[in-house]
Amino acid sequence: MSVLVFTENWDGKFKKMSFELVSYASKIAEMLNTQTVVLSIGDVQEDELKKLGNYAADKIVSVNNDKLKNLDNQVYTSVIAEVATKEEATVVIIAQNNMGKALAPRLSVKLKAGLGAGVSKLPASVEPFTIFKKVYSGKAYSNVVIKSDVKILTLAQNSFEFEENVKSPAIENFEATIGDVKTTVSNVQKQTGKILLNDAEIVVSGGRGMKSGEQWAPIEELAELLGAATACSRPVSDEGWRPHEEHTGQTGKIIAPNLYIAAGISGAIQHLAGISSSKCIVAINTDKDAPIFEAADYGIIGDAAKILPDFIEAVKEIK
Amino acid sequence: MKILICLSNVPDTTTKAKFVNDNTAFDTTGVQWIINPWDELALTRAIELKSDAANSIDNITVITVGGKDAEPTMRKALAIGADDAVRVDAEPKDAYYVAAQIAEYLKSNPFDLIFSGIESADYNGSAVGGMIAEFLNIPSISAVSKMNIENGQVNITREIDGGTEDVTSELPVVSIVQKGIAKEPMIAAMRGIMMARKKPLNVVAPVEIEALTEIVNFELPQAKPACKMIEPENVKELVSLLQNEAKVI
Ligand SMILES: Cc1cc2nc3c(=O)[nH]c(=O)nc-3n(C[C@H](O)[C@H](O)[C@H](O)COP(=O)(O)OP(=O)(O)OC[C@H]3O[C@@H](n4cnc5c(N)ncnc54)[C@H](O)[C@@H]3O)c2cc1C
Ligand SMILES: Cc1cc2nc3c(=O)[nH]c(=O)nc-3n(C[C@H](O)[C@H](O)[C@H](O)COP(=O)(O)OP(=O)(O)OC[C@H]3O[C@@H](n4cnc5c(N)ncnc54)[C@H](O)[C@@H]3O)c2cc1C
Repeated sequence: MSVLVFTENWDGKFKKMSFELVSYASKIAEMLNTQTVVLSIGDVQEDELKKLGNYAADKIVSVNNDKLKNLDNQVYTSVIAEVATKEEATVVIIAQNNMGKALAPRLSVKLKAGLGAGVSKLPASVEPFTIFKKVYSGKAYSNVVIKSDVKILTLAQNSFEFEENVKSPAIENFEATIGDVKTTVSNVQKQTGKILLNDAEIVVSGGRGMKSGEQWAPIEELAELLGAATACSRPVSDEGWRPHEEHTGQTGKIIAPNLYIAAGISGAIQHLAGISSSKCIVAINTDKDAPIFEAADYGIIGDAAKILPDFIEAVKEIK
Repeated sequence: MKILICLSNVPDTTTKAKFVNDNTAFDTTGVQWIINPWDELALTRAIELKSDAANSIDNITVITVGGKDAEPTMRKALAIGADDAVRVDAEPKDAYYVAAQIAEYLKSNPFDLIFSGIESADYNGSAVGGMIAEFLNIPSISAVSKMNIENGQVNITREIDGGTEDVTSELPVVSIVQKGIAKEPMIAAMRGIMMARKKPLNVVAPVEIEALTEIVNFELPQAKPACKMIEPENVKELVSLLQNEAKVI
């Protein structure tokens, strides 16, 4: 028996999400009294693989093959399934990000394993296996029992406090069976030099109350100072004031940073669907009745164009 | 070429979530039902593709696994421009159950291009599309933000963590769509609404499948403590609270 956790890598490196996954998996392994096995697919050096041991991985299985350079959902799924079967995994943990959302459902069918999508806490019990997940875009939660022998969970990003627990896992290089690749990938474009919205611990976001795309300098400056990513409401990206990848909400990105600063955002329910899991929300808005204040922890009623420069000055003083 | 669109019938996005029967069932009183926003965009893109004769698309079908109460929403899709609709007559139990029903339908009614949305606004599973593809052992591409057809293949742009990739796939394929796939959802014109009444909406019986998960009950989020208001002249205090009280900067 084991708990298997799959983590992708980013140009051969792991990131915080990987450690959250391993740490989360190891806690479930503890509940089940079994070991944590990590599967890494792709070209990752041994030094990097060893880092996963810091979060209580007992064993690492590394699968590397030229055919796995690009993500083909079918091929990746069969590799994960093969390793899950080999390791007799009863629980498989994957990230609730683009890759995880692409793979977990396929794996669920392949292993006939019930899927708990987007968990942020440990299961309330393992017998029956009961998870807690968001439904109705964050307007409610549900307790769900997974009835199948094997279970798959996808873990929401930045939702689980990972803990160091150093082990020295064995690393096994495994030759997986690789099927036909039916998709071809070309023209990979990566955002560079920017903190990705999903990775960011702090996000500074602007809405229509910022008045125009030219007014974004204070948002960018504050973000820079705080080491934050920038985001926006949907109309702002629809208007072309900001790039589409910054749009947060029901129909954009769903994020859970430690701090979300919303300037000139009314707090429509569809916007909140993307940000309500933030640990702390600050709202700056001229309208005292704006719904964003119901979701916020701290609020200032006032003109963002005046408040943000003061905010920047105040942050400079403490840095 | 034939296109199938998986259509989830969901409460309007402004609906407040309330539950009945000891918090075991969603309270549908007064709820407006809509086409899941992603599925509406998928339908829009399919109609755009069909309007270009070069793509030689003969037919756009929408499929829903659901009770009779889903039919008004399905009629909306017909009014917008789908050619026909299929309802698998079953209360959906979980994503696996829904995907198995749709896959079963596809086994006897093959389609070239299958669209699903990245997430349903009710159970937020992000699961049905990928599951259908695995049941049928065909490719799936997820987080699709652009899509075109060329030489019997699809050219897709998908989002990856921190960027995009262009992907080409053989057909049939399940395309799991998100923001960008179409700009604005198409709206039904009067003529479309009239025509929709005459378009076929076929009801098929479900196959027997056991769901793998079961919802025990629902909970509403805990009420947040009131927002702490800070005077606009006093931004320094806010920064100090963020640093010392919330400990987030
Ligand atoms: C199906 C569907 C899906 C949707 N998905 C999303 C989504 O994913 N994300 C999203 O964001 N929206 C989404 N929306 C749109 C949503 O309903 C709102 O229209 C949108 O979030 C409003 O954006 P906003 O707050 O920037 O603009 P507004 O609602 O116009 O609010 C602007 C705010 O700025 C304040 N303001 C004005 N001047 C100033 C100033 N000088 N300083 C400070 N504050 C000021 C105003 O008081 C107001 O509260 C969706 C809608 C639908 C129907
Ligand atoms: C009265 C009622 C009770 C329900 N009770 C439950 C329940 O207890 N537990 C539960 O898990 N689900 C229940 N559902 C079903 C739920 O509405 C979903 O259809 C199903 O669970 C898949 O949800 P998901 O969030 O995983 O979808 P996702 O995988 O997030 O949906 C992604 C895409 O899949 C397609 N899709 C999703 N659902 C359907 C569908 N029904 N028909 C056709 N295409 C679809 C759409 O393209 C959608 O954009 C119930 C539905 C109704 C009407």
